[in-house]
Amino acid sequence: MIDNFFKLLGIPSSQLITCANQTLYMVFVSLVLGSLIGIIFAFTLVLTAKGGLKENKFVFNTLSFVINTVRSIPFIILLVFILPVTKAIVGTRIGTTAALVPLTFFIAPYIARLFENSLLEVNKGIIEAAKSMGASTFEIIIHFWIPEAKSSLILATTIATISLLGATAMAGVIGAGGVGDLALTYGYERMNSALMTFTVIVLIIFVQIIQALGNYLARRARGRR
Amino acid sequence: MSSTNETVVRFINITKDFTQGKNVSRALNHVSFEVNKGDICGLIGFSGAGKSTLLRMVNELETPTEGDVEVLGHSLKNTKGKKLRDIRKRIGMIFQEFNLLESKTVFDNVAIALKLNGESKDYIQQRVTTLLEFVGLSDKKDSYPYELSGGQKQRVGIARALATKPEILLCDEATSALDPDTTESILNLLSKINKELQVTILFVTHTIRVVQKICNKVAILEHGNLVEFGNVIDIFSNPQSTIAKKFVGAVIPNVIPKGIKDELLKYDGKYKLIRIFFHAQNATDDVIWQINNRLNVHTNVMFASVSELQDVVLSVITLQITGTEDDFKKVYDYISSRQIEFEEISL
Repeated sequence: MIDNFFKLLGIPSSQLITCANQTLYMVFVSLVLGSLIGIIFAFTLVLTAKGGLKENKFVFNTLSFVINTVRSIPFIILLVFILPVTKAIVGTRIGTTAALVPLTFFIAPYIARLFENSLLEVNKGIIEAAKSMGASTFEIIIHFWIPEAKSSLILATTIATISLLGATAMAGVIGAGGVGDLALTYGYERMNSALMTFTVIVLIIFVQIIQALGNYLARRARGRR
Repeated sequence: MSSTNETVVRFINITKDFTQGKNVSRALNHVSFEVNKGDICGLIGFSGAGKSTLLRMVNELETPTEGDVEVLGHSLKNTKGKKLRDIRKRIGMIFQEFNLLESKTVFDNVAIALKLNGESKDYIQQRVTTLLEFVGLSDKKDSYPYELSGGQKQRVGIARALATKPEILLCDEATSALDPDTTESILNLLSKINKELQVTILFVTHTIRVVQKICNKVAILEHGNLVEFGNVIDIFSNPQSTIAKKFVGAVIPNVIPKGIKDELLKYDGKYKLIRIFFHAQNATDDVIWQINNRLNVHTNVMFASVSELQDVVLSVITLQITGTEDDFKKVYDYISSRQIEFEEISL
């Protein structure tokens, strides 16, 4: 029965699994890298902002400008525009690993803005209480700011993950593979509507799982089970 | 704990300007006064008087534009980094909005101050347990702040502020978000902290009843100026400024009630009205009896009020004395000789 199903889709099951793996790999690695860069950028923004703990107009304006600039470039263009950078970093311009570079470039500034928002949502009074307890800036971040923003940071990461999932579909342009690419090359170009429908369903399931997981973790972080 | 002569907080000629665009507004104007170890000093004023700004200078959450604050023997001017953080650890602070971490349990909220000090797990466990017992929240240690009432949240705030055994406790409108009963219980707790743990307290408030209930010193601020500062009993007995009279008048009536005034207006004999301030230590004095019998001057009690201040009872009696100028002089000399405060008032 399963064999019949894959006959209907027109591809072997192994290819489908490879594509799913490629997608998950791209999403996971660029999400981790993007979140790391994103949280550093976000803290740099909130700390150097006007009235922040380390107010610094120059750093704030520069970083804000860089983030806006990168975010202005549509992903499909970013993908090919930074190919020389990709080559310099991972040594190749094509393939799944090569796609990690533009994906990270794409998602890091987005995550930075989402995280910046989450951090700004934290009640200023808590930062003040932390200061009054003699906490250093680093201790404020670790013991007060991150725990209080955690729930919101998780939801922001969820949004970023879903955006990344969408972006991976375009990574096929540089031969990265993945579920989205499968839908475009096999489903769309070969007019295989069964496969097209199937990949869409797979993507819907991915998104539902990511969102449900994100909601669950955010709820737990708020201390409400 | 009774007040001592050891100064723990000294405001030296504090001025604070806030600049917004081209507008400069002066929040504090050359304010100087001292708070001694063991004091519960109330900073009172209407909104925008600069009282919170002044309080927040004690742990350098605000810095003065001019002047300096000396805390526990250290000048805060040019004090930064680790040295400043170490001073802050000797000062606890509680807030109107409590400022608890919503993501942490009551236990963890209190423990955080100790974690910052690098205390051991065993010590933290034992210290937090003691603190929660002290503030009466032992049964809530695993609750989250959203499960607590306002009064309970403030108790957690107090436990957190006391965790590092501070010498000074700053209270920024700490009871303003609470109902009267809860306010009462929080004030009792603060009073207990002052007495049992020898903590000096600075309390910002806009309610004179808070000052009346727990403070021994009071600083009255208006538009950034220190209008009056001194012992609560002195200021309550004899407020000088309009704003002090207004605040004190809310708890000790200093206007003659209309009914009495109308009666007095009809009275055509020669008389004087005086207000006598009795403290508890005068309680057994027989001043009025002496005036009537020994001086043979006729008196009539118009009205009286009694207020309980922190440790003392202040009774204010308004007396009508009838007689001649000679009689009045005799009475005034006599009251003065008994070292009891009084003042002549007019209708």
